[in-house]
Amino acid sequence: MSLLTRPKGLSGAAEPAAPAGRARRMRPWTPYAFLAPYLALFAVFMILPIGFGFWTSLHEWDINLPAKPFVGLENYAELFDPSSVDGGRFWTAMRATGIFTLFSVPLLILLPLLAALLMNGRFRGRNLYRAVYFAPYVLGVAVVGFLWRYLLDGNIGLVNHYLGLDVQWTTDEPPVWIALVGVTVWWTLGLNAVIFLAGLQDIPRELHEAAMVDGASAWRRFRAVTLPGLRPVTVFVVNATILASANMFGQAYLITAGAPADRTKTAIYLIAETGLRQFDMGTASAMSFILAAFLMAASALVFGAFRDRSAR
Amino acid sequence: MTRDTRGLRRALLHLVLAVIAALYLSPLVYMVSTSFKTREGAGSTDPQWIPDPFTTDAYREILNSPDSPILTWFLNSLIAATGHAALVLVTAAPAAYALARLRFRGRNVIFTVVVATLFVPPVVLLIPNFLIVNELAWVDSLPAVIVPAAAGAFGVFFLRQFFLTLPGELEEAAELDGCNRWQIFTSVALPLAKPALVTLFLLSFLTNWNDFLWPIYVLLSPESLTLPAGLGNFQGANNIRYDLLMAGAVIASLPVIALYLVAQRWVIEGISRSGLKG
Repeated sequence: MSLLTRPKGLSGAAEPAAPAGRARRMRPWTPYAFLAPYLALFAVFMILPIGFGFWTSLHEWDINLPAKPFVGLENYAELFDPSSVDGGRFWTAMRATGIFTLFSVPLLILLPLLAALLMNGRFRGRNLYRAVYFAPYVLGVAVVGFLWRYLLDGNIGLVNHYLGLDVQWTTDEPPVWIALVGVTVWWTLGLNAVIFLAGLQDIPRELHEAAMVDGASAWRRFRAVTLPGLRPVTVFVVNATILASANMFGQAYLITAGAPADRTKTAIYLIAETGLRQFDMGTASAMSFILAAFLMAASALVFGAFRDRSAR
Repeated sequence: MTRDTRGLRRALLHLVLAVIAALYLSPLVYMVSTSFKTREGAGSTDPQWIPDPFTTDAYREILNSPDSPILTWFLNSLIAATGHAALVLVTAAPAAYALARLRFRGRNVIFTVVVATLFVPPVVLLIPNFLIVNELAWVDSLPAVIVPAAAGAFGVFFLRQFFLTLPGELEEAAELDGCNRWQIFTSVALPLAKPALVTLFLLSFLTNWNDFLWPIYVLLSPESLTLPAGLGNFQGANNIRYDLLMAGAVIASLPVIALYLVAQRWVIEGISRSGLKG
């Protein structure tokens, strides 16, 4: 086959810049062979479960019972009826997820941003500080949870000892919320801080220098140069933090075990217990789709909020 | 600004950062300290930063207890995290390469669908993936904690960003030398992608090593648990032995802390950059 008669190929997407040999040498199925192993995993453990989960939510589904009657939207109807047993439990759990997200997300944006700004100069030891603040995040929640349960213990904990308090951090409301939010901030602050720091370093120095020449104050430079430059990173961090906070599980499981009276049992905790301990998988699947709808709405709100501000 | 005030400001900044850093690490120091205390020392109301008496009893007890086969858990975690990270690389690298460097029918559709799942809240996968793993007879065995999470789109997305930046000339040169696509991938693209591959391996290993929710529900018998899931079993205990638990926590932390000390830069750069290039 000569260069002149090279066919445009089935896709018609010939590359103008590419040498002719590329299209000629590659067999049509080659790209699919590269993709096949991943797509097999993707199909079985990502696409299939999304559909299968919804299908499950339309049934009364117990893994141990042979009969799995189709009930339509009944699982959803029951969850939206707060006076039903499952509905009552579910909205208590949604409330827990909501409270935790509402208090943890602002702190997990502001404090890491502050830490990133402090670390954003060129000075000795900067990478050391960055490494220290990030360190708790490489530990698992099992380690972090038990460690803080010990430190927060009402009788022998260091926290009460040094603050001179007598607070039951793991069983009383509202201290449990301070404990759960505080532990999570300690654990994941470094993650958001390093992402903000990378974003700060992507802002061209010239912008700051130009603003300085114009005589802009530090605060004005922060408002006019730093914040707008951080917008894309901030959208990402806010979104990722909302999703992570709304999926909070290990801290509640290990530190409070849902106490007091299941008021810190988060939605994902309830979903796991309902579906994977009591094997009421239909109800649990319906819960997970309602929670997912809330999360996707929250994501859409975040994107919307940041887009509005960037419109000129 | 005079030189003096600048120096003062710098000193103040260091002071603030150093005090926060010390406070930040103190819980971890206390964890290590408590793991070397006696049962009574760990339960004392007076904080002891330096264990008195200093003892390795907690390690000895937890390593020899038949109820908590912590060495088995450690080995399970090591196999699971290594296997998972390897599976992610082996599947994501060729897929990412194809999506970044090859042209074919359906490429944009496939890429869009894969990336769209980054926005699917993982909670909807929990129950159905348990059912699927159950169908595969993987419940209570390590494939359950190795395989399903490798379907996540992050690895493909992350490596694709990297392959997009490769200069095309190298591939063209290899092609003129008579290499086929697979040879170009393995002998040109993969060696150049080594930093990205190492970073992805580390991130996948860390995530899997620390995973908690999935293993505590999908692994059941004591000898098949991973380390976090095994420690999680202590959660319901009436009388928590913090000396033992802190020793277990130290053992669970050692590999990730070691990895972090060795490869800290790669881990942090990888994580901090992963969100930006979208």
